[in-house]
Amino acid sequence: MKAATATAIKPPADFAVEKIRADFPALHQKVHGRPLVYLDNAASAQKPQAVIDAISDYYRRDHANVHRGVHTLSQRATDAYEGAREKVRAWINAASSCECIYVSGATEGVNLVAQAYARPRLKSGDEIVATISEHHSNIVPWQMVCEQTGAVLRAIPVQDNGELDLRAAAELIGGRTRIVAFGHISNALGTVNPVAELTAMARAAGAVTVVDGAQAMPHLRVDVRALDCDFYTFSGHKMYGPTGSGILYGKEALLDSMAPYRGGGEMIKSVSFAGTVYHDLPHKFEAGTPFIAGAVGLGATVDYLGGIGMEQVAAHESAVLDYALARAADTPGLTVIGRPRQRAAILSFTMDGVHPHDIGTVLDHEGVAVRTGHHCAQPLMQRFGIAATARASFGMYNTRAEVDALFAAVGKVREMF
Amino acid sequence: MSHLRELYQEVIFDHNRNPHNFGKLPNPDRTVHGHNPLCGDQLTLYLQVDADGAIRDIAFDGHGCAISVASASIMTDLVKGASAAEALLWFDKFHAMVTGGGDGGGGEGMEKLAVLGGVRQYPMRVKCATLPWHTLQAALRGGGATVSTE
Repeated sequence: MKAATATAIKPPADFAVEKIRADFPALHQKVHGRPLVYLDNAASAQKPQAVIDAISDYYRRDHANVHRGVHTLSQRATDAYEGAREKVRAWINAASSCECIYVSGATEGVNLVAQAYARPRLKSGDEIVATISEHHSNIVPWQMVCEQTGAVLRAIPVQDNGELDLRAAAELIGGRTRIVAFGHISNALGTVNPVAELTAMARAAGAVTVVDGAQAMPHLRVDVRALDCDFYTFSGHKMYGPTGSGILYGKEALLDSMAPYRGGGEMIKSVSFAGTVYHDLPHKFEAGTPFIAGAVGLGATVDYLGGIGMEQVAAHESAVLDYALARAADTPGLTVIGRPRQRAAILSFTMDGVHPHDIGTVLDHEGVAVRTGHHCAQPLMQRFGIAATARASFGMYNTRAEVDALFAAVGKVREMF
Repeated sequence: MSHLRELYQEVIFDHNRNPHNFGKLPNPDRTVHGHNPLCGDQLTLYLQVDADGAIRDIAFDGHGCAISVASASIMTDLVKGASAAEALLWFDKFHAMVTGGGDGGGGEGMEKLAVLGGVRQYPMRVKCATLPWHTLQAALRGGGATVSTE
């Protein structure tokens, strides 16, 4: 991986953002005649050349089906697929690579836990506790389980500053709670949630924790054993990897106790019409030919991030975010939603008298890509009494100059409306 | 910027700042709620309808972007006093104009709708412009109390 060796770890002050930008081909283009300022990273991040090359090389040279043939290409594909799993294991500090299940993204990760863990175990009267700030992907799968089992879904509220109300959480998480599901970082506000405290509350109540890490992986080095959560899931595409790739981490004893989620090839030891013996972990949950190239790309992503260092990424993004928050505070008629003390590089805002959709269209004409809408977090939008926001979300390759471009474009919105 | 100016003509801003027929009608014969789940836009249409189906009075409220508010403002001006058949024909022409181009075949009233023609350059915004019309269609056809653009 050329990028992994090319970028030495440096103190944040010397963070070589231009060097990193050079690794991302998509950043170097014009939109409506303006240089692209890509600030929609919380929806999906751009891809470094190293990841694109890894996927391309795999298809050009190593592709065959995995775990099947005795021929050379099948062995290479299997090595690449399982090698990537081991890279991810090391990256998140899981105890064993069998605890890392390939999924299509965090959405499938939550659905897998909901259907394979929760559905057979929950009964009427049991409770699942989520938070009001969850992405719909960490709400709807639990509602489906509730319909199937008679369990009840409850939601931890959010305070005005965008932080979870932990006093309310302590009251909600109790003897009936079987599952506590929450995002590590809120996709709509950027709030970093207190995973350790929520996990401790859940453990005290005898509940398992399911953490949606989709927004955390691009910003933090996640250590699943330090967090001591039971399940942790994330999507590759938000951390500069391929769409359709992702991981569900689960503690081995829990995953072992679960029946398969889907049936098919790859997930069996033997099949007869008298009965089937399922494969061991992790293959038990990976029916069918998997997204091998996606796994390879995810492995390359982890290599790339490792070469840069997440502490450096976090320090750089924090400086960019602080600058953006300062610019926002100096912009009349602009309101930033939420003021959490711990915030990842996400800035959701509204402008007096201008609908976020109109903001988004005008910004696009200035080359600035932001997300507008409810961010798949309608309960949170309702909590703040708004229908939608404009959201600028920063990645490791964004700069202060791009923050200036964002606020220059915001000025254009103000001129027009 | 030319496409952007075509989208956001001054007339659009005028309607957005001071929408016509904004508010509730007393004793509406029909009340239909429209929703665009993509962006969260919400709109409610209130209609008083004569026995022969003509739209005696119409008003709307809700919240949405400049395009959807202007579209609702212009639409309610246009269809007030029209027959249901006329209103539905305008919707067909309007839909053709914002998705295809041209003037939707022209005809009486279309010059008022032409200010929204710039939407055709913005496929992501077409539903903003058509939300009021989808809602009106549901009201005239006596469909459900809530319609969605999805």
